Amino acid sequence: MTGLPTAPSEKRLGLVIDLDTCVGCHACAVNCKEWNTGGYHAPLTDERPYDTDPSGVWLNRIHTFEVGEGESGRLVHFPKSCLHCEDAPCVTVCPTGASYKRSEDGIVLVDEDMCIGCKLCSWACPYGAREYDQDAGVMKKCTLCIDRIYNENLDEIDRVPACVATCPASARHFGDLADPQSHVSRLVEARGGFDLMPEMETQPVNKYLPPRAKGGQAGGPGSDDKLMPAAGGFLAWLDRTLSD
Amino acid sequence: MHPAYSVIFFTTASGLGYGLLALLGLYAAAGLIPADRWFGITGMAVALGLITFGLLSSTFHLGHPERAWRAVTQWRSSWLSREGLVALATYVPAVLFAAGWVLFGRTTGWWGILGVLAAIGAALTVYCTGMIYASLRAIPRWHNRWVVPNYLALALATGGVSFDALTRVFGLERPESALVVSIVLAASWLLKVIYWRDIDAAAPVSTSGSATGLGNFGDVRLLDPPHTQDNYLQREMGYRIARKHAAKLRRIAVILTFALPLALSLLLLTLPSIPALVAASLSALSCMAGVVVERWLFFAEAKHVVTLYYGACEV
Amino acid sequence: MTVSNNAESELEPEVTVDGHRVDESPRVSDEVKFTTCYMCACRCGIKVHFKDGDVRYIEGNRDHPVNRGVLCAKGSAGIMHLKSPARLTKPLRRVGERGAGEFEEIEWEEALDLATAWLARARATNPHRLAFFTGRDQSQALTSWWAMQFGTPNYAAHGGFCSVNMAAAGLYTVGSAFWEFGEPDWEHTRYFMMFGVAEDHDSNPIKMGLSRLKERGVKFVSVNPVRTGYSAVADEWLGVTPGTDGLLVFALIHELINAGKVDVEYLRRYTNAPWLVVDDPGAADDGLFARDNEGRPLCWDGKTDGLCHALDPDVEPLLKGARPFADGRTARPVFELIAERYLDAQYAPDAVASRIGVSAATIRRIAAELAHAAFSEEVIIEQPWTDWAGRKHERMIGRPVSMHGMRGISAHSNGFHTCRAIHLLQIILGSIDTPGGWRFKPPYPKSLDSLPQPSGHPEDVSPNSPLPGPHLGFPRKPDDLLIDDDGTPQRIDKAFSWEAPLAAHGMMHTVISNAWRGDPYPIDTLFMYMANMAWNSAMNTAETIQMLTEKEGATDEYKIPRIIYSDAFYSEMVAYADLVLPDTTYLERWDCISLLDRPISDADSANDAIRHPVVTPQRDVRPFQDVLLDLGARLGLPGMVDEQGNPQYPGGYRDYMINHERRPGVGMLSGWRGANGIMSGTGPPNPDQLQRYIDNQGFWQGEIPTEARYFKNVNTAYLDYAYENSFVATRSPIILQLYSEELQQFRLAARGHGPAQPPEKHRERIETYFDPLPFWYRPFEEALEVADRFQLHAVTQRPMAMYHSWGSQNAWLRQIHTSNRLYVPRILAQSLGIDDEDWVWVESRNGRIKTRVRLMDGVNPNTVWTWNAIGKRAGAWNLAEDSPESKEGFLLNHLIHELLPARESGYRYSNSDPVTGQAAWYDLRVRIEKVAEEEAGEAAPQFNPLGKLSGVDERPSILRIGADVTDSSDKRQGA
Ligand SMILES: Nc1nc2c(c(=O)[nH]1)N[C@H]1C(S)=C(S)[C@@H](COP(=O)(O)OP(=O)(O)OC[C@H]3O[C@@H](n4cnc5c(=O)[nH]c(N)nc54)[C@H](O)[C@@H]3O)O[C@H]1N2
Ligand SMILES: Nc1nc2c(c(=O)[nH]1)N[C@H]1C(S)=C(S)[C@@H](COP(=O)(O)OP(=O)(O)OC[C@H]3O[C@@H](n4cnc5c(=O)[nH]c(N)nc54)[C@H](O)[C@@H]3O)O[C@H]1N2
Ligand code: SF4
Ligand code: SF4
Ligand code: SF4
Ligand code: SF4
Ligand code: SF4
Ligand SMILES: [Mo]
Repeated sequence: MTGLPTAPSEKRLGLVIDLDTCVGCHACAVNCKEWNTGGYHAPLTDERPYDTDPSGVWLNRIHTFEVGEGESGRLVHFPKSCLHCEDAPCVTVCPTGASYKRSEDGIVLVDEDMCIGCKLCSWACPYGAREYDQDAGVMKKCTLCIDRIYNENLDEIDRVPACVATCPASARHFGDLADPQSHVSRLVEARGGFDLMPEMETQPVNKYLPPRAKGGQAGGPGSDDKLMPAAGGFLAWLDRTLSD
Repeated sequence: MHPAYSVIFFTTASGLGYGLLALLGLYAAAGLIPADRWFGITGMAVALGLITFGLLSSTFHLGHPERAWRAVTQWRSSWLSREGLVALATYVPAVLFAAGWVLFGRTTGWWGILGVLAAIGAALTVYCTGMIYASLRAIPRWHNRWVVPNYLALALATGGVSFDALTRVFGLERPESALVVSIVLAASWLLKVIYWRDIDAAAPVSTSGSATGLGNFGDVRLLDPPHTQDNYLQREMGYRIARKHAAKLRRIAVILTFALPLALSLLLLTLPSIPALVAASLSALSCMAGVVVERWLFFAEAKHVVTLYYGACEV
Repeated sequence: MTVSNNAESELEPEVTVDGHRVDESPRVSDEVKFTTCYMCACRCGIKVHFKDGDVRYIEGNRDHPVNRGVLCAKGSAGIMHLKSPARLTKPLRRVGERGAGEFEEIEWEEALDLATAWLARARATNPHRLAFFTGRDQSQALTSWWAMQFGTPNYAAHGGFCSVNMAAAGLYTVGSAFWEFGEPDWEHTRYFMMFGVAEDHDSNPIKMGLSRLKERGVKFVSVNPVRTGYSAVADEWLGVTPGTDGLLVFALIHELINAGKVDVEYLRRYTNAPWLVVDDPGAADDGLFARDNEGRPLCWDGKTDGLCHALDPDVEPLLKGARPFADGRTARPVFELIAERYLDAQYAPDAVASRIGVSAATIRRIAAELAHAAFSEEVIIEQPWTDWAGRKHERMIGRPVSMHGMRGISAHSNGFHTCRAIHLLQIILGSIDTPGGWRFKPPYPKSLDSLPQPSGHPEDVSPNSPLPGPHLGFPRKPDDLLIDDDGTPQRIDKAFSWEAPLAAHGMMHTVISNAWRGDPYPIDTLFMYMANMAWNSAMNTAETIQMLTEKEGATDEYKIPRIIYSDAFYSEMVAYADLVLPDTTYLERWDCISLLDRPISDADSANDAIRHPVVTPQRDVRPFQDVLLDLGARLGLPGMVDEQGNPQYPGGYRDYMINHERRPGVGMLSGWRGANGIMSGTGPPNPDQLQRYIDNQGFWQGEIPTEARYFKNVNTAYLDYAYENSFVATRSPIILQLYSEELQQFRLAARGHGPAQPPEKHRERIETYFDPLPFWYRPFEEALEVADRFQLHAVTQRPMAMYHSWGSQNAWLRQIHTSNRLYVPRILAQSLGIDDEDWVWVESRNGRIKTRVRLMDGVNPNTVWTWNAIGKRAGAWNLAEDSPESKEGFLLNHLIHELLPARESGYRYSNSDPVTGQAAWYDLRVRIEKVAEEEAGEAAPQFNPLGKLSGVDERPSILRIGADVTDSSDKRQGA
């Protein structure tokens, strides 16, 4: 009942986010809000929505960073939601047991009926993945779309998180990271998926795929740095070509 | 971290209360002060009152105060839960001890054991409070080995100056108490300075590079936050205090919490009783005011690693 | 189709995991309806879930050809569109002064009577006096037809400020266009170059496409002064200086031709590269194609070593060499002219690199990569096909290089030629509509001679009679212009005049300014639909507002006497209307996404779709299309009333969508035509058609036969298919036009040939800009005298999560962009002593604005930019008056003048491309300067706040969307 599951869960469900293809469109964030505001965490309140300082509860947010300088500089759109950490500090600090990590699939959830809104879990989470709903007085967070992924009222193919289903660039992948054969595990393996802030020792389940090398990559193996002028000049080349 | 007044009030008030409780318990149990009823009523009321008021105030900022009882259920992992439990448990010996003192005029023997237990409970509670902060890895300035000693020392220091002042009000002061208080003040001053030195010198734990995992591609700078207006996280964790401002506040905190009370306490050793009472009261007031500033700074200076996603480069 | 979700699930117990109750299988909805999104013009298929009668969730339709299940941020915020407190609720008649926002609510009957009276008067006296312009609409098939029946020449949609450069350059060159009329072959391309795109109309398809490229490890190069969005994920970002893309493309062409990396066979067979061009300076046909007696273009046949008509199937044309023809004069093949022009040293990478802002070595490498992808990585599809000449091909061989461009090219005054240059580059690589190349979407390509000519000549317009043809078309010679004998423009926007001869989409950005000035004539009624012309779609906003409110001399009559406007929300424009016709939202009405309009086809299928009312409006609003047809009936417009004078479409737009026929068998929708709904493409109306659409999730998809999917412009199978579906009028091949004879026709007129010649003041301009081969010139604003004072380029980008001005009333989207910043290159800012979040003055030749800056690295060093249309007028959109949209948000539009400075003759051209009249938004040049300390804190200019509008809802102070539609909403009560 308290703390983290004693044994690692058999399944480790999570997301793999591809920073190489995320174009920063915010679709996942808005669709997440749309799904969840009527779902498990209903509602995701928006305060002062049409006034000077609107502020809403979002379970997923897209940041934009610039990285490096000059030729090797790049811009990276960076979506972030709960990483469903294996060693989740948000769970262990929770005084009520409202925060818990499911022993069967590793999903970290808040039980709103138990939450007292002490906010301590949001202090403990290094990633800013907890969202306090002032109006409801409880903590909210990414549920990994618990009410979609197992939802028997949905077609099998739709049983993926809302953010994954909606992402136009397919930059978000969902699956079981405990299974080395899963699509997500293979992506992590092939693309060098990494953890955010490993120094926090949270062992996030979600992984990020790095942007791929820029610039140098040619049109395909074998293209040159530059073209050689046609022998004898273009017109001679044309003659040769046409007389072939 | 955003310095929320309810939390500052809670930690400083209950710290003082527990410090005072511990000293009352120990002194009275050891028979070093007489079981004076009015002093007992006043001392225990101040101690338990501040503790209770502090605990209550900590529930004010809860989203669901009516569910606060749930907060003691997770003692196996949560320091907040442990704090709540120990705090509640401490009431048992503390209230019995107070009853013995006030109703029966007894503070020693079996009653004294209750006093010692209350003192232990007080120390444990403050220890847990400190651990709530010290256990948060995401806030490196709190996840620091000097945090718990500081909490304990400051509870004892604020409790000590109050104890000293109170005993003087009732003319029950012990000759050595000003010395003890001075030593406690000096020690906690030292601990605070060590803490500040430590956090000032500490290498950053995390950087925008490690937060995004993009550090190996170069320097990582936030261009756009997810939403143009601040969100809950930024309001709660994004508090920033200018270095100049912080330095000034640290000086104020040092003067009010330590320097002035220490000077006054040392002075007490030589003063006759009426001026000594004034000095002791001043010392207590100063120390209490100082510790509020200290606690405010403790929050304001603490940087949360989540700020790395909102523009900070290292924490 | 209405799918009801499994209702039994309600009975299923919640599962208890680790001691916590979780409902893992909640009932998602009671009902699902399929329709089409219109949170932007991409028009994705959506599934709208209803629970307890309320919209619970909107998701992408997995089966829909446009979005295949995905949905963008805007589409996902559709619920908030429906709940916006900025929605209009009632017809309004202005009672205060224009711009004050003071209205009285009136009944529809009164509103329609009033509109009818105003419109009837214009129609009976001089139809010119009505200007009907539509903005972001998707009903151009209806609105243009309505305006035609009305008889005014003054109709256009927003294409003139949007992307007519892309449309015209494409249609005059390849018979189709970037924009929405073509797409890269995402599945096969090996090299993709994107020019000046931030988001585009194909919002979701482009993102889906890019992710396919990533999966396949295909190189993606983005040419864009700013490195955000698509450019951020590009493998290579070329941060060009705005307006220089033409030079970059010519340098690439230079390299390719120089190295002999061109697809000679493709050029000979499918393009006009071998066609002979008369070389006889001074002659009336100089620069035209040498033609035989039957008017057929000629080329030189290598086999017979003689002249031959270019479309002779057996010809083996040569691509170079001056040849004698007919009367002994000489003519030269197009390709020789091309080689000559672009091999010139002025286009060598070294000569242009610094101006573009990309190193010569990079340009050379990109050229080599293009050549490599095109010629060493051919894509072969094992599919036999037959070309127009009857030549059978065993397989389809593709040059897998594809390109896409949009407003970064389009919105410059040199955009037409630059866009043509990009097409030229694709053509010489032999990649147009080949596997892996850039592909046509049906009903395109169309040959220029099959496209309409504009109507609105002096003789076309008379009281109470319709226009003989459509307003918008594609002039091929000066005679086609809409001018009178003195060369005076006939349209209020001066489209199709000497000022902008190929203004194929009209010039909406000049309407208010011209009407205010009475140049070429004053108007009586301005009728607008879905265009926020008093704000973000205006150039020179402050003066535009002035023009809308200025009165005629001492009279009480406004210079633009009557303004009728249809909007769904309280936009800035509403405040300037005399009569406001409140529209429904996209979930509340019938709509038609027709092949006669801007289609949603893809390269493998012709598609169309509908919207149907899935929500019933609870306000006194009517769909604009219904209103338009009603007005048409009240006015007795031909086609809108029957012989007895009764409404032809009493069932409104729904009725029209089913029963209206453009030509026999050709209607608004292509699916399920004919009595039993078994015909596709063409066929008689089917009363059951809309139900069939609804049953098929709101769309129809007509697949192109496999044999017809590539080389469409010259593939017999496709040409047959297109002909049978009535997309094209003949089965003739559509030969790609590297050299544009049409442009040369105008140039010859400028040189004194032919009956219609430009007046003196326009002569030189026509001579210069109607070059039959693409060329590069400095964008106009940069070439002005004042340019020295304004060294920086200033451009905008579309934010992916906002649609123009209308995202700000959406509670969710708004939170993403509550205000905007001016992004400034870090190095530049440092040199000016400007820091992050500082306030600056941004000054152009048209004035100055005050904004806040953000420093960034990924931007061309001479360019500043911001997000488009985030800044709002205080009070508009029912937002709090001091909302960040107005206090910190800003528009660049205040800085952009709709006119260029006066020429020596005193004449002021519009700030547009000289060929097409495309608004040159991105020519803007500015300087920036840190504000004095006391000036910081608020964006400038600030306008008087618009007052609260009659009828709009109160702004809620808190939203708990979804609380009422969940079974577990009582959760919060638990203790
Ligand atoms: N600086 C700068 N300015 C630009 C551009 C730029 O890049 N930079 N881009 C230009 C371009 S390409 C364009 S297309 C224009 C776009 O500019 P506009 O055409 O003005 O587009 P919107 O701001 O979307 O305004 C459309 C209006 O339609 C209303 N509306 C929304 N839905 C409905 C509906 O269902 N029915 C009705 N009747 N009305 C509705 C909205 O409330 C809004 O008032 O902006 C141009 N302006
Ligand atoms: N989300 C969303 N989608 C939209 C719209 C919207 O408002 N929001 N609007 C719709 C409309 S009406 C239109 S017209 C389309 C427009 O779609 P886009 O063409 O994507 O429009 P812009 O945002 O104007 O993007 C122009 C891009 O060109 C770049 N640019 C500017 N000058 C130059 C130049 O000289 N050279 C090059 N290479 N690049 C340059 C700018 O940095 C910017 O990235 O989007 C449509 N889709
Ligand atoms: S939807 Fe996909 S592309 Fe868009 S921001 Fe989210 S992860 Fe990135
Ligand atoms: S990301 Fe934060 S909220 Fe999520 S599991 Fe980890 S620590 Fe907890
Ligand atoms: S806010 Fe709720 S979930 Fe978070 S720690 Fe407190 S009780 Fe637990
Ligand atoms: S998994 Fe679900 S809850 Fe989590 S971010 Fe994605 S959509 Fe939101
Ligand atoms: S791109 Fe987005 S807003 Fe546009 S139609 Fe598609 S889902 Fe709707
Ligand atoms: Mo546009």
